Formats: sequence, C-alpha cells, structure tokens
Amino acid sequence: MTDDKPTTPAPGERHSSAEHAGTGLEPAANGAAPAADIPSTPVVTGQARKGMFGVAGTGDTSGFGGLRRPVHVAVPSERPFGGWFDQVADELFAAIDERGLPADTVRQVTVDRGEITFYLRREHLLEVARILRDEETLRFELCSSVSGVDYGPDVAERLHSVYHLTSMTYRRRIRLEVCVDVDDPHMPSVVAVYPTADWHEREAWDMFGIVYDGHPALTRILMPDDWDGHPQRKDYPLGGVPVEYKGAEIPPPDQRRSYS
Amino acid sequence: MTTEHETAASPSPAMERDTTEGPVFTVTGGDWDEVLTEAAGHERIVMNLGPQHPSTHGVLRLVLELEGETVVQGRTVIGYLHTGIEKNCEYRNWTQGVTFVTRMDYLAPLFNEAAYCMSVEKLLDVTVPTRAQVGRVLLMEINRIGSHLVALATGGMELGALTGMTAGFREREEVLHLLEYLTGLRMNHAFIRPGGLAQDFPADAVERIGDFVKLMRKRLPDYDKLLTGQPIWRNRLAGIGVLPLDACLALGMTGPILRSAGLPWDLRKVEPYLGYSDYEFEVPTSTDADCFARYLLRLEEIHQSLRIIEQAVARLEPGPVMVEDAKIAWPAQLSIGADGMGNSLEHVRKIMGQSMESLIHHFKLVTEGFAVPAGQVYVPVESPRGELGYHVVSDGGTRPLRVHVREPSFVNLQSMPAMSEGGMVADVIAAVASIDPVMGGCDR
Repeated sequence: MTDDKPTTPAPGERHSSAEHAGTGLEPAANGAAPAADIPSTPVVTGQARKGMFGVAGTGDTSGFGGLRRPVHVAVPSERPFGGWFDQVADELFAAIDERGLPADTVRQVTVDRGEITFYLRREHLLEVARILRDEETLRFELCSSVSGVDYGPDVAERLHSVYHLTSMTYRRRIRLEVCVDVDDPHMPSVVAVYPTADWHEREAWDMFGIVYDGHPALTRILMPDDWDGHPQRKDYPLGGVPVEYKGAEIPPPDQRRSYS
Repeated sequence: MTTEHETAASPSPAMERDTTEGPVFTVTGGDWDEVLTEAAGHERIVMNLGPQHPSTHGVLRLVLELEGETVVQGRTVIGYLHTGIEKNCEYRNWTQGVTFVTRMDYLAPLFNEAAYCMSVEKLLDVTVPTRAQVGRVLLMEINRIGSHLVALATGGMELGALTGMTAGFREREEVLHLLEYLTGLRMNHAFIRPGGLAQDFPADAVERIGDFVKLMRKRLPDYDKLLTGQPIWRNRLAGIGVLPLDACLALGMTGPILRSAGLPWDLRKVEPYLGYSDYEFEVPTSTDADCFARYLLRLEEIHQSLRIIEQAVARLEPGPVMVEDAKIAWPAQLSIGADGMGNSLEHVRKIMGQSMESLIHHFKLVTEGFAVPAGQVYVPVESPRGELGYHVVSDGGTRPLRVHVREPSFVNLQSMPAMSEGGMVADVIAAVASIDPVMGGCDR
C-alpha cells in the first residue's frame, strides 16, 4: 500500500478506481493518488476491507464477496488551509525553524471537517508541544485529551497517539498526531509540558501499549497491574460468551456477522 | 468492636513485619484509636481508603501517606469500574453506540449521548432539525440539575450532612421522574440518536417541565438555609481543597473546578453548540478556588439551568426531531409497552404485512446500520463536570474504528494530590467531593 510503482493496480488497491469512492467509475489515470505530491509516505488511517457480510469462500453466493475497499489515507491539505489555520501553521513552522528543528518535524497537515491535524515525527514532539504552549501567538494552554488509536494489524505505523490542544486565549483547537509502529512503540512523553497528560498517557500505554519515554510513572491505570496485553488493540479479542435466546444461539459480539 | 476487646484478641489484629524501611503494621478494620496505640512511636502511616468506602464518591481508592493526621502524599487508584465501553463501541454500529456511551457517566447520560451523536453527525456532515437541537438542550440542562443535585447530596453525605443527602436525592428524584416522562427511562435513556432524537416528546411535556421548574424554584432556596449559611458546612469547605488557576490549567481542570479559580470557561459560552449562543444565562465564577466556591457555583448553575430550560421550552416549535435522510434516521415508529420502549405494533404490522420495501429498509438499517465517511473528529460539550470530549474515528465502515472519551471525571481526579497534600485526612474527603468524580465515567 505504500509502494509508488506505477503498475497495473489490483482491484481495490492504490491507483485503482476504488480510490475515487465519491466519483465512481473513473479511469485510474485521471486522478493522481492523493499522496503523490508530498515526499513522505502518507498517513494511513483505515483498514482495507473485502466483501460485505464477513462471509468468505463458498458460503457467499451474493457476489458481494468480491467487493474490495482500499485503505483510507488521511489526505494532506494544501494552502490555504482557511481561517486561522494558516496563521497557526505559519507561526508554528516559523517557531520550529527558529529553534533549529528539522523542517520535516511536521510531516503532514490535514484539514478535515473544520479541524486541523498536524502529523508530527515523534523525535521533536516535546519541543513542538512547548512551542505550542508558550509562543505568544499560539498559546495552547490546555491539553484537552490524549488518545491512542490502533488502525489494525495490516496498517503501517498502526499506533497513533492523538493530542487535542485548546487555546483558551484564542479559542482555537488543533490536533497533533504521532504515528508509531507496533514493534517500536516509543514516543516522548509530553507530561513535562502538559502535566494533565499524565493519566492520559498511562491510559494509552495500558490500552494500546504506546511507550511514552520520559513519563514519570508509566504504569497501567485502568487494567490490573498484572494484566497481559493491551486490550484496545485491534488484534486483542473483545471476549464474550454465546447466549441462548429463544432457542437460537447468539454468538458473542466480535464473532457476529459484520457489515463492513 | 467492643471496648472489652484486648488488642491481641481483636478480630483483625495488626500484623507486624520488618522491612528495609522499618517495621510495617498492616491493619484492616477495627478502631482507629487501637491502630494509633499500636503504631505509637512510628510516625509514617500509609492508609488505604476505599475502593469500597462510603466517603470515596464511588469505587475510588485513595492511598494516603500520613504523618499524624496530616496527609503527606496522596495517590489515586482507579479502574475498578472499567467495563471496556470504548472497545465495545467498536463492535456495534453507529446507532448502537449510544446505548453504550449513555452508561459511562451515569449521572450525566444525556451529555454523553449528545456529545457522541454530535460527533457522529459531524462525521456525517448532517444538521439536526431545530426541534431536536432545542430538545437536546432541554434534556441536557434537566440532566445537569440532576447531576449537580447528586454532587451536593453525596458531598453532604461524605461530610456527615445527611440531611443534605436526603434533600438532594429528593429533588433529584423529581429530575428523574421528569426525564422518565420525557424519554421513557430514568437513566440510560439512549434517547438522543445520531440524526436527532429517538422520538418526539409527549404532548404535555411543556406543562410537566413548567411544573418542574416551579417546584425547583420553590425548593432550591432550602439549600441556602440548610447548607450555605450553616457554619459547620462552611467551616468544612471554605479554604479547603484550594487549587489556584495556574494549577488548574496545568492539570487540565475544566468545569466548576476551573471556574471556581476565576476563569469563566464554559463551552456553552466560548464555543457555543446546539444554538447555546441564543440563550441568555450567566456563567458563575469565583476566585476563592476552594470547595465552598465549587459548592456555590454548582448551586448557582442549577438556577442558570432553570433559566435555560424556560427559554428552551419557549423555543420548542413543532417540527421533525430527526433528519429527513431515511438512510440515517433510525425507524422511529416507537411506542412504550409493558417492557419499555420498542417498535410500535402498528409499524411492525405495516412493514410485515403491507410493504416489503419498508421491511427491507428497516431490516438493513437496524442490522447493518449506516456507513460513516472516513475521518476523525473531536467534539467537546460542557458536562456538569467539565469538558466532555468525544474523539471519534471512522474508517468508512458501519462501525466506529475508535471512540475515545475525554472524561472530565478522569482528568479532574488527577488534582486530588494537589488539593489535599499537606491538609488533614478529613479535608481529602471534602476535596474529592468537590471534584465530583463519577467513577463510571472515569473508568469507562
């Protein structure tokens, strides 16, 4: 899903007509891949799906089993972002430059549904957070929320740590997102800048196994201390038992038919 | 238990063992005086409080390190009510998610429902009809009154003001009766749905709400007599659990805790949603930053909510309560039967007997649900405890990829050590009560 070789696309793969979900059956050459213009690999935010009813093999006589939907990619936005987004982005990039941080600290900017997301490389997360909090023109005083997101086993850099920052001075909200691989789930802790992130990061460690380096006490918070695994990862089962209802056996929720 | 008991013969004798840090006594149950006698000469006491304790505001566990009766260090242990609601949402369709999120913060179910539905609607890019918006405001403000009343009631109970508890729960019962009349259920309503409301309010809803407002206006001054002016209540709360503004910001406090420190930060005013900018109400603040200020703010917010309810009732114009899009609007031909709300028999008869297409549509929408375009949103609302934010991620499917809740109880509980270290044990209870954590929401 990340190679850029212009080969004949398989149905539902990158560059295939399935990428243009909104416009329908257009030739693949007509629309460049959304991420073709930027140098870095785009951030994958979804799983590829097949079929429609979760039934594979000969059991599916509907023909819908052949449906394939590609992974969703967070589309990088281009200037102007609109409204105050440009001002915040300008100030942030200027401050990053001023402090001598690498230019690709922000790997991607996405504006979607009226919200702006800065996808960051993990190395300089703490410095960026400090810039955002302390710069007079930015002033994101409040870290509203830190949440882990797992995009599933097949996705590169599947673990995301998402920060929602609020500027009480300017009444603005932005989102920072850091993506890491499940084999190397390390990123810096922002507790030094936002003490409120303490429990949020413990929760993301507990539930997703994201390791926040520099956290004062990164221990489990919701699960028992001796728990194995990280329950909110996509490959961790939900659990449950089948239930009998009026003579029929209802399977547990994670084994029921799913309409993708 | 009884005074004749020798310490050694008590049902739960203290166990002594030597550690690298000196002798450690482990005591469970029993009388505090006996504990002090046994530990005489040893200054440092680590006390476990909860998780099952009448004054810890739910299944909250506090570990307090004491010197005498002064708290040197306090730590909070949570997770006893973790039910995996966020993960469960990933295995249900978008509409079913409402029945899960409403069970998180069980004192503010309608705030959870509204915030979740607003996030789904933001992902779908639909606007709900005006009547549904006004209805949501109405329900949330009624719910806010109920939640604040429980905060006063349980806070009173934890501090020994038992009449405060009975009074608070008596008024809260009125709130629950009203919510039951409006939504069909006292709690766990699942009444606010993506796209609007599950169904319209009953015909005489306006009258019932008017009666409720009148009753609350009559009863609320009683709290001033019972608690506000009472010297014991004031002495237990004033100057206790102080958290100044800079600490509030660093620790991410929102809601009454932040407003008690002087910042008029109320999302209904600063980031209006659901048409809150059209309502007239005040955001009460204080600069005392203590437990008493938080108590007064909650009381004043009840009065302000009553004002909003009156304005919302006046705005309740007839009209649809669900979006027109039949691909989103959950079948709303509902009626209340002996076993609660369900599909009305007339509707079932029609789709089963007359219209094959309606049956297919109903079946598809209920079992499969609707797909939500891929993307992520964060929608905050002002819950009774502060900023309740929903970070919802979709990958284009009929189920959420991730539902994360920024729970104000979870965040605000972090301030317990800052509020209580250096104070007395009894003041820890007052501080926790003024945070008003709801463990169902905190642990999710």
